[in-house]
Amino acid sequence: MQSLTNRSKVVVKKEMTWMEKIYLPAILGGLKITLKHFFRKKVTINYPEEKRDIAAVYRGLHVLKRDENGAERCTACGLCAVACPAEAITMIAAERKGGEEKLYREEKYASTYEINMLRCIFCGLCEEACPKEAIFLTDQLVPTFRDRADFIYGKDKLVEPKDAPVDISKRQTAEVKEFKTHKQYTHNKL
Amino acid sequence: MPKVTIDGHSIEVPDGTTILEAARKIGGKIVPPAMCYYSTLKTSGGYCRTCIVKVSKGSERDPRPMPKPVASCRTTVMDGMEVENITSPDLMEARAGVVEFLLINHPLDCPICDQAGECHLQDLSYEHGLSKSRYEFERRTFEKIDIGEKIKLHMTRCILCYRCVKVADQLCDGRVHGVINRGDVSEISTYIKNVVDNDFSGNMIDVCPVGALTDRTFRFKSRVWNVNPVDAHRDCKKCAGKVMLWQKGPEVFRVTGRKDTYGEVIDWICNECRFDKKQTSDWVIEGPSNIERTSVISQNHYTLPEPAHKPLLNDVKIVPDHYQIDNKK
Ligand code: SF4
Ligand code: SF4
Ligand code: SF4
Ligand code: SF4
Ligand code: FES
Repeated sequence: MQSLTNRSKVVVKKEMTWMEKIYLPAILGGLKITLKHFFRKKVTINYPEEKRDIAAVYRGLHVLKRDENGAERCTACGLCAVACPAEAITMIAAERKGGEEKLYREEKYASTYEINMLRCIFCGLCEEACPKEAIFLTDQLVPTFRDRADFIYGKDKLVEPKDAPVDISKRQTAEVKEFKTHKQYTHNKL
Repeated sequence: MPKVTIDGHSIEVPDGTTILEAARKIGGKIVPPAMCYYSTLKTSGGYCRTCIVKVSKGSERDPRPMPKPVASCRTTVMDGMEVENITSPDLMEARAGVVEFLLINHPLDCPICDQAGECHLQDLSYEHGLSKSRYEFERRTFEKIDIGEKIKLHMTRCILCYRCVKVADQLCDGRVHGVINRGDVSEISTYIKNVVDNDFSGNMIDVCPVGALTDRTFRFKSRVWNVNPVDAHRDCKKCAGKVMLWQKGPEVFRVTGRKDTYGEVIDWICNECRFDKKQTSDWVIEGPSNIERTSVISQNHYTLPEPAHKPLLNDVKIVPDHYQIDNKK
């Protein structure tokens, strides 16, 4: 068959010489490479004692924000779930009852909201899709667990605590805010 | 038969056909959107002005253009008429203005609204609307009203298209539903609140182009694109019984009438089918409904109805004749 690249070689199986048959030079050559690496600079770090610097706009664990009055912003519109390429988000909506205005900002709220952190690829599209500025990605890492079920984060873990608001301003750079004002970058067709 | 040309496409239609109906006969992108016109409801149309078109030539006998855009759902065609819709930038601007007017009092709270995903106003504002409103005054708001046990009226979202009133007028006898007051303060009302118990009153939900009239049995249960629409039927004494079931797994979330390309209900269904038959076992399921690919409802649905004619192996002529499989052997 004609070769496409002119670089193909015919494999020949020839008898090994005596030096090759004792294998020792080859083993020593390998050990030399191993030994060299002992004296090189290490490429790994001792996580979690040491931590690498991460970018200011790092996309890690999600947070569901509350508004100024401490009410949950999420209205269970499902847009984050539609935007999510990994189909990691599920939710069930419920109607706000009288007297719950302090808890939920809108008339409809998410009674359950779950993100499967094993499915999530931390792309941040949910944050981009959210019309209520409810979901944001933070610079926190998702820890490891031994049980798969532990990776399904419900509202208990996602909604920010009332007394300890999560700062998401780092990811909201001036460029991001600028971008959000341009209609032509959205999916709207003119 | 008068011949009319719409955006360069000509068609001959019977006398008395409206421009909108003629455009629908041609089909495609040139069909003007309609918010208040409903082909199966008599005297509907003429309220919302989204269907406006530019008539650049009145007719063969009087070729003068019409001085301003006309509502295509109420204007009948004349022989030799030439109509511009999407080909006229002026008209597109005028329609954007109409949309802005429709949105003046509209909350556009689609994330909360049950209609989102199948809302014509949402489509319209997506295509023509501005991302910011120029309206600075206080918008009118209303308390939500329960019309009977099964229907919720949220007047704030209503665009006063009168479709529900026509349904009440033409489908339900003993009408208890209408528009009171005028102009900016007009509102949909049931004359005697909580008495819409006619068998066909549920169709108001289907005809409402926005989320003003919604199904209380489906309220906030699911977003429309998270439920699977399937065509189904049952023997019903009151109606044709041909419906769309919106299911998630085996559970039926809601029942609606089947809709055509323009979002109009094909067969009216009765309230019993709509509200009370929420078991899969009540229905004979025909298969997945055909939802347009561009609709958010078709997202994540990988199944389409089977084609009516499946090509048989022997129909395919890529196999030379002498290799043809003889099924009889
Ligand atoms: S970050 Fe991306 S993958 Fe993760 S939940 Fe959000 S949209 Fe889905
Ligand atoms: S997080 Fe945002 S996008 Fe997701 S359901 Fe809540 S409001 Fe909608
Ligand atoms: S009626 Fe339509 S446009 Fe208005 S809030 Fe509901 S989905 Fe949005
Ligand atoms: S309630 Fe709906 S159908 Fe009735 S007038 Fe208002 S928008 Fe039209
Ligand atoms: S559809 Fe023609 S005026 Fe509303």
